Amino acid sequence: MSMSMVVSNSYLDSILKGQPQLPPSSTTWFNQLRAHALEQAGTLQVPTTRDEEWRFTDISPLTRLPLRPSHAISAPQVTDVKRFQLDDTTIRLVFVDGAFMPHLSSRLEGSEHEGLVVTDLSVAVATHASVIEPHLGRLAGFENNLFAALNTAYLHHGALIIVSRNAKIQKPVHVLFIATQAGTAIHPRCLLIAQGGSEVTLVEDYVALQDEAYVTNAVTEIALENNARVNHVRVQRDSMEAFHIANCAVSVAHASCYRSVSVALGGRISRYDLNARLEAEGAECFIDGLALIKGRQLADTHTCIDHAKPPGTSRQSHKCIVDGAAHAVFNGKILVRAGALRTDSAQSSRNLLLSARARVDTKPQLEIFADDVKCAHGATVGQLDHEELFYLRSRGLAETAARNLLTYAFGAEIIDRIPIASLKYQLEQIVLEQTEKTGP
Amino acid sequence: MIREGSRILLEVRGLRAVVNGIEILKGIDLTVRSGEVHAIMGTNGSGKSTFAKVLAGHSAYQVTGGSVLFEGRDLFDLSPEERARAGVFLAFQYPIEIPGVANSHFLRLAYNTVQAQRGKEELDPLEFEDFVRDKMKLLEMNPEFLDRGVNEGFSGGEKKRNEILQMALLEPRLAILDETDSGLDIDALRIVTTGVNKLSTADNAIILVTHYQRMLNYIVPDFVHVMRAGQIIKTGGKELALDLETRGYDWVGAEQPAMAGA
Repeated sequence: MSMSMVVSNSYLDSILKGQPQLPPSSTTWFNQLRAHALEQAGTLQVPTTRDEEWRFTDISPLTRLPLRPSHAISAPQVTDVKRFQLDDTTIRLVFVDGAFMPHLSSRLEGSEHEGLVVTDLSVAVATHASVIEPHLGRLAGFENNLFAALNTAYLHHGALIIVSRNAKIQKPVHVLFIATQAGTAIHPRCLLIAQGGSEVTLVEDYVALQDEAYVTNAVTEIALENNARVNHVRVQRDSMEAFHIANCAVSVAHASCYRSVSVALGGRISRYDLNARLEAEGAECFIDGLALIKGRQLADTHTCIDHAKPPGTSRQSHKCIVDGAAHAVFNGKILVRAGALRTDSAQSSRNLLLSARARVDTKPQLEIFADDVKCAHGATVGQLDHEELFYLRSRGLAETAARNLLTYAFGAEIIDRIPIASLKYQLEQIVLEQTEKTGP
Repeated sequence: MIREGSRILLEVRGLRAVVNGIEILKGIDLTVRSGEVHAIMGTNGSGKSTFAKVLAGHSAYQVTGGSVLFEGRDLFDLSPEERARAGVFLAFQYPIEIPGVANSHFLRLAYNTVQAQRGKEELDPLEFEDFVRDKMKLLEMNPEFLDRGVNEGFSGGEKKRNEILQMALLEPRLAILDETDSGLDIDALRIVTTGVNKLSTADNAIILVTHYQRMLNYIVPDFVHVMRAGQIIKTGGKELALDLETRGYDWVGAEQPAMAGA
């Protein structure tokens, strides 16, 4: 059996068939990267629950989804997507079923965008090759990661954000991925490069126009150079029937600070892998997450905070609110490498089960190879507190209203950390609505 | 204040209740009319707080006998929220902290829920802000308590003020104050009791549950009831509280033993 271009199963076959023929890029390294990724994808298997990293997450339903090529559709108009826009910003990149939509995206003009490049990757590989090449496909390795390999193999359109040295971008950059077609596989891609001393907020946002089954397979790469600060907000509100697989790789350089809040609401099955590597002294990361799921949803978050150099700081709070027969998974690895002395790390995993059939599997995973480190971690799984419920009801609130309010409060701590008022408000409304629909 | 011909608000007859299979209330009789202030006193474990929670509808307490009518309606037909909307209010001995819910949001929800039930106008956040700030003056509360989580990090005294603030907003017919004086220093006690007195009208009634006589210097009761072992064993006027203060609780039982078969 030839190992080179043989796809490992019919699922991959269908994914490959599902892709439009990519236009060849004039940039050789880019073509090579894609070819290498495609080759790599051919050697990898779809993970099963026999793989430790996928123990709780059976993605076999994903492989049974009949995929077809996404066909040219009449692109949505501004009015169709207006509800997804954020009031706080005009800096916007919009992709529909993976394709860049210039007419829905903003053009950067004026001095407030000085030092900021926000553009479609397929154009920029030629114009910004020297900046992109050291990072693209290198931060998010695909040697052992089928989904990252597939995404890279189909690299074409994508979001590219470059913040020049010392530029402080006040308004958030909103990258909106809109899914519109059933039965398609979409491979969204983001690359953010924050050069030395720069500051930026990125909102990575996945939405759907309809409740249909499709596959989102996203890869995001974020490079923070020395003294950079990045706020990364990720909102996964894919369709309730969708499959959402995402890999995010972050490198945090000397004295730079990465803050991330990820919120998972949608998807029949969703999986988010976040790898943050603290590469140099004084690097910090703050990684928070919230999964709010119900029905038969499964939401799996795997994070790895890699303390490679001393002294680094990391803080992580992950919360899951699970209703119906839904299943949440959290695996939070903290790796402290030999020599990463005086690492200061704290992780908490708190989970709220709203029904008897709801389930959560949470696993803190500390791997420490250095001395003189502080690594605190804790996990709790609980239900709504009866005394709190009684207190609210004794003030006239109906039982469902009381439950919703307490559920909302549990998640609010994470949502509050999103530094964008309009997005915070949108999410608060979604959480309130979702809890209202599910009720007791 | 005792008035001729005032309406009966609450009528408790032979009330019995158990918690975790242990009988705590063993036949309570009590009648409260509008305009009246009743103090229920007694030692720890006498059942005073259980009585308060049973009236509010706490699910941990199972009513096993007797009846309670509130304005003629069977109180036990009503859920806790229905009781609140009908005008029963319990100021908690230990108010619950709810981080993540802004106090202002909670207060407005409660206020609007009760207003809607009474067919009155609900207030939007801005209107409510003015309204609640005005009420907070009554309790000398700093408006910053609106922005914090419900009771989150409040001192004991601040929590009790927040309870009475809720009473001021919800305007109950019957307010049951469960050891509202506990944990209060003398200034806080004065502020809280002054607030309660201002809320006391001819149309509502107050039941004060307390260990000590000191709160009754500020809120003068019309009736003082002594509870022991799940029953009211003696009822008197405000002077009974003073007797208890000087003589303790022991003599009460000796003078007037609990009814046989209780």
